[in-house]
Amino acid sequence: MKNLKKQRRIQVVALAVVALVVSTVAIGTALKDGINYFRSPSQVVETPPPASEVFRIGGLVEDGSLIRGQGEVVRFSVTDGGATVPVTFTGVLPDLFEENQGMVGTGSLVNGVFEASEILAKHDETYMPKEVVDALKEQGVYQDPES
Amino acid sequence: MITELGHFALILAFMIAIVQMVVPLIGAQKRWPGWMAVAEPAAQAQFFFTAFAFGALVWAFVTSDFSLRLVTLNSHSAKPMLYKISGTWGNHEGSMLLWVLIVALFGALASVFGNGLPQTLKARVLAVQASIGVAFFAFILFTSNPFLRLSVPPFDGQDLNPLLQDPGLAFHPPFLYLGYVGLSMAFSFAVAALIEGRVDAAWARWVRPWTLAAWIFLTIGIALGSWWAYYELGWGGFWFWDPVENASFMPWLLAAALLHSAIVVEKREALKSWTILLAILAFGFSLIGTFIVRSGLLTSVHAFANDSERGIFILMILAFFTGGALTLFAARAQSMQARGVFGLVSREGALVTNNILLAVGCFVVFFGTLWPIVAEMAFDRKLSVGPPFFNAAFTPFMVLLGAALPIGAMMPWKRGKLRRTLYKLRYAFGLALALAVLAWAMQTGRSGLGPIGLFVGAWVVFGAAVDLWGRTGSLGRMLRLPRADWGKATAHAGLGVTIFAIAGLTAWEQEDIRVAQIGQPFTVGAYSLTLDSVERARGPNYFTTMGTVSVRRSGSDVAVLYPEKRDYPVAKMPTTEAAIDYRLLRDLYVVIGDQQDNGGWTVRTYIKPLANWIWGGCLLMALGGLLSLSDRRFRVAAGAGRGQAGSVKPTGVAAE
Repeated sequence: MKNLKKQRRIQVVALAVVALVVSTVAIGTALKDGINYFRSPSQVVETPPPASEVFRIGGLVEDGSLIRGQGEVVRFSVTDGGATVPVTFTGVLPDLFEENQGMVGTGSLVNGVFEASEILAKHDETYMPKEVVDALKEQGVYQDPES
Repeated sequence: MITELGHFALILAFMIAIVQMVVPLIGAQKRWPGWMAVAEPAAQAQFFFTAFAFGALVWAFVTSDFSLRLVTLNSHSAKPMLYKISGTWGNHEGSMLLWVLIVALFGALASVFGNGLPQTLKARVLAVQASIGVAFFAFILFTSNPFLRLSVPPFDGQDLNPLLQDPGLAFHPPFLYLGYVGLSMAFSFAVAALIEGRVDAAWARWVRPWTLAAWIFLTIGIALGSWWAYYELGWGGFWFWDPVENASFMPWLLAAALLHSAIVVEKREALKSWTILLAILAFGFSLIGTFIVRSGLLTSVHAFANDSERGIFILMILAFFTGGALTLFAARAQSMQARGVFGLVSREGALVTNNILLAVGCFVVFFGTLWPIVAEMAFDRKLSVGPPFFNAAFTPFMVLLGAALPIGAMMPWKRGKLRRTLYKLRYAFGLALALAVLAWAMQTGRSGLGPIGLFVGAWVVFGAAVDLWGRTGSLGRMLRLPRADWGKATAHAGLGVTIFAIAGLTAWEQEDIRVAQIGQPFTVGAYSLTLDSVERARGPNYFTTMGTVSVRRSGSDVAVLYPEKRDYPVAKMPTTEAAIDYRLLRDLYVVIGDQQDNGGWTVRTYIKPLANWIWGGCLLMALGGLLSLSDRRFRVAAGAGRGQAGSVKPTGVAAE
C-alpha cells in the first residue's frame, strides 16, 4: 500500500516533469516567431532591420503626413522627434487614429517603408502606449498631457 | 445625502469585515462558540452595508449627480438609462466597489447555506473571506474612493467611453467579477482547511459547487467579452491574446482544473494537496489579473486609466494572500495524506492528465503574458508576445486535451483497461474521422487546421454522447440519469463545439478590403455586395455615418446591412459599428471606413464561418455547469446540513 502510493507519486511527478519539459520546448520554439521587438523610428533609421523581421514601431503620427482617401492603402509617417519613418497600412484605421497622436504598428520594413499589418487601437482618448512615451522621452520631446 | 450615507456604509462594512476577520479566527482556535458565531451575522451585515454603498453609487449615476467626481467623469445626462446604470461599474472605482460587493455576497451566501459545515471550519472560512474583503475595502477607501465630491459641480458630465455603451459590455463585468471573485470562496475553503489541518470528501463536496458556480460565471463573462470585441471593435476578431484577456483566461483554466481535481477528492480522497494548491493558485491568478488590468504594467488595448500607487497596493495584496497561503501550504501539506490508491490507467489518472494539461496551458499563457516585462527588466529589450506565440505554444495542449477527453471521461475509477474504453468509443472515432475526411475533401488547398479541429471537436461531442448512451442503453433510462452526468456530457460537448468553431473560423475565414463605389457591386466569396448609399444622421448622443449595403447570392437577396461610423461629441470619440448578418453556418461582417477623394468608401468585408458556434459552445459549457450544480447530491448535502444544524444549535447554547 505504502509502496504503491510512493510509486504513484513518482509517476505523477514524472508526468508533470515531462509536461513541463514539453511546454518549455513549445515555448522556446514558439518564442522565435511569436515575439516582436519594439523599435522607435530613430532606432529603425539607425539600424534598419531586415525585411523578413516582423517588429513593432511606435511614435507620433507626424503632422500633415496622413493621407486618407486614396484607395484602400493609407499612408502616413511616424516620428519620435529624432527620425521619421513612412508607413503604409491596408485596411480601416482604428477609430482614434489621428495626426499628432501616439500609435503602435506591427509589420516589417520593406525598402525603407514600414508596411503595417496591424495598427494598435486604443480604447480611450487619454491613453498613450507606454513604449511610445518612452521613445518620445528618449528624444526629449515628450510632453506630459497633465502639465 | 444618499452619497454620504453610502460612503458611511462602506466604512462601516470595512469595520465589520475587520471584526469578522479577527474574532471568529480566534474563536475557532480557542473553541469558543460565541466568538465563532460572530462570523455569521457579521458576514450578512457586511454584505448589507456594502450593498447599500453600491446602491448609493448606482443612485448617484441614475440621477446624474454631477457633484460626484466619478459621475462627472463617466456619465452624461443624455445617456440612455441602461448605460447610466452600467456606467457605475464601467470605471475603475465603481468596478472595485462591485468587486468587493461580490466578495461580501459570497461570504454572506456561505453563511446562509453553510449550515452543514463543521462550526470551526465555517468560522475560519468566513474569517478568511473577510480578510480578502478587508484588503479590498482598504484599497477602495485609501486609493480609489468612488464617493469623492467636487467642490464646483459642472453642468454636465464627460460621458462614458462610447465603446462601453453596449448591452454586451453592460453585463460583461458583473459576470466576470462573479467568476473572479467566486474563486475567492474556493481560496477561503482551502486556507481554512489548511488551518484546520483536515481535507476530506465532505470538504470537497462543499468546495465543488462554489468553484463550479465561479467557473460558470467566468465562462459567461469571458464569452460576453469576446462577443463584444467581435461585434463592437470592428476588427472582426474574437480573441486577441491581449494581456487583459489572458488575465481572465488563466483563472478560467485553473478553475476548470480545480473542478476536476475536486471530484477526485470527493469520490476517492486522493490528490488532496494538489487540489488545495490549485484553489490557492486559481484565486492567485484572479488577483494577478486584477493587478495586470489596474496597474498599467503591460501595454494593453483595454487597460483602465491607471496609476502606479494602485498597482503597488494590489501587488501587496497579491503578495500577502498568495504568499501567505503558499507558506501555510508548505507547512501543512504533509497532513493531507491521500486515502485511496489508483492505477495509472484509471479515471483518477485521466483527471490527473486533465489537470496537468490545463495547468501547463495556463503556465504557457502566463509565460507569454509576462515575458515582455521579464525581457524589459532583464535584457532591456522592449518586445511584445503576439498571437503566433500562443497559437503555436498553447494550441497543442488543448488538442491533446480534446483527444484525451472522451477516453478519460469513460474510464472507470481505480483501475481501467485502455483497450476496453477505446472499443466502446469506436463509432464516435469513426464518425469524427469521416467528418474530418469529408471536410478535407471539400476544402480547396488550405491547411490541415480545419479538418483537425473538426475531428477533435466532433470526437469530443460524439464521445460525450456515447458516454451518456453507454451508461444506460435506452433513451428512457438516459433521461433519468443524475443531472451531474448530463452536466458533464453537456459541458464536454460545449468544449467540443467551441474547439471545432474556433478551428473552422480560423481556417475557412475569407476577408476582403476595397474601395467601393456607390452602386457598383463587388464579390466576396460566394456573395455579391453593393454599397447602395451612405447617409449622415444623428442618434441620442452621437452623430453617425451609415452605409447601406445590400447582399445577394446567386441572384437572390440575402440581407441588407447598415455598417456605421459613429462620433460621440461629448466623449470626443469616434467608434466603428460593424454590421453583421448572423446565420447558422456563417456570419457576414461588413465595416465601413473612410470616404475616398473619388467618392467611394473603404469597405472591409469578412465571411466568418461558424462564428456563432464559438459562443454557443461557451453557453453549452455554462449550461452543463449549471446542470451539474443542480445535481441532487449538492442539494442533499445542503439539506442534511439544515437538519444537522438544528441538532447542533442547542449544544452550542448549552456550552455558553
